[in-house]
Amino acid sequence: MKGNPYLFAAYAVTWLIHIAYISTIVSRYSRLKREMAELRKN
Amino acid sequence: MKKVFPILGVVTAVLLIYALYQALAVAPTERTMGDVQRIFYYHVPSAWTAFLLFFINFGASVCFLIKRNQTADIVALVCAEVGVVFCTVVLITGPIWARPVWGIWWTWDMRLTSTLVLWLIYVSYLMLRRFSSSGETPLLAAALAVLGALCVPFVYFSIWFFRTQHPQPVMGGGGSIDPRMLHALLINWLAFSCFAFLVCWSRYRLEKLQREVDEAHALRSLHDPGGRVR
Repeated sequence: MKGNPYLFAAYAVTWLIHIAYISTIVSRYSRLKREMAELRKN
Repeated sequence: MKKVFPILGVVTAVLLIYALYQALAVAPTERTMGDVQRIFYYHVPSAWTAFLLFFINFGASVCFLIKRNQTADIVALVCAEVGVVFCTVVLITGPIWARPVWGIWWTWDMRLTSTLVLWLIYVSYLMLRRFSSSGETPLLAAALAVLGALCVPFVYFSIWFFRTQHPQPVMGGGGSIDPRMLHALLINWLAFSCFAFLVCWSRYRLEKLQREVDEAHALRSLHDPGGRVR
């Protein structure tokens, strides 16, 4: 299989979109966990 | 349940790597398009996964409209959001594939336009859920989801009913496909479906936690009216 820039771009974009979305889930989850811990403390 | 998630995560990762190997190394090169046709193994499974998620969103929305079940409401929201992510992948990988094959990035034909409209419907669903503070929001969103779901079969069958630039469907379209290509396609769909399930599960946990935090804030503001209210 020869290197094809369009093929590479499509696969890379797919994973970039998924990784970006998962990152938002992880960051929102850790922020909410902190917020919940703070609420329980007070 | 805490142990199931990492196990499923490892299984999904192995499946995704195997699916990538099938798509890039095992599936034969298409005669006219060459290697760029391998975009098909990400483009089509992403579309099918998005349709599946929108279908689950429809079921959960109907369940919410009938029973006012909170779990159904969360499932509907989660499936719509993850479905939009997969639909975004379809709308981006499609033009990347179209450019070298058709010579254009985009054309306003029925399949492409209806997919864009479907994406816009679910984006508006998410906007409604995110920015409306009315107590009726889940109800309105559920009604919108039912409407959106009606577009899914239209998008799928649009290439049967209208003359479009888009190729005929792989399943039920009357065309034929090399068995190795079909195997790679189905493995990729399985891998993306497992991946979507894991993402939905994570998003479900996030939404549950968000509602718990909102509830805790509401309780706190009841006990301490001068305190911070979200």
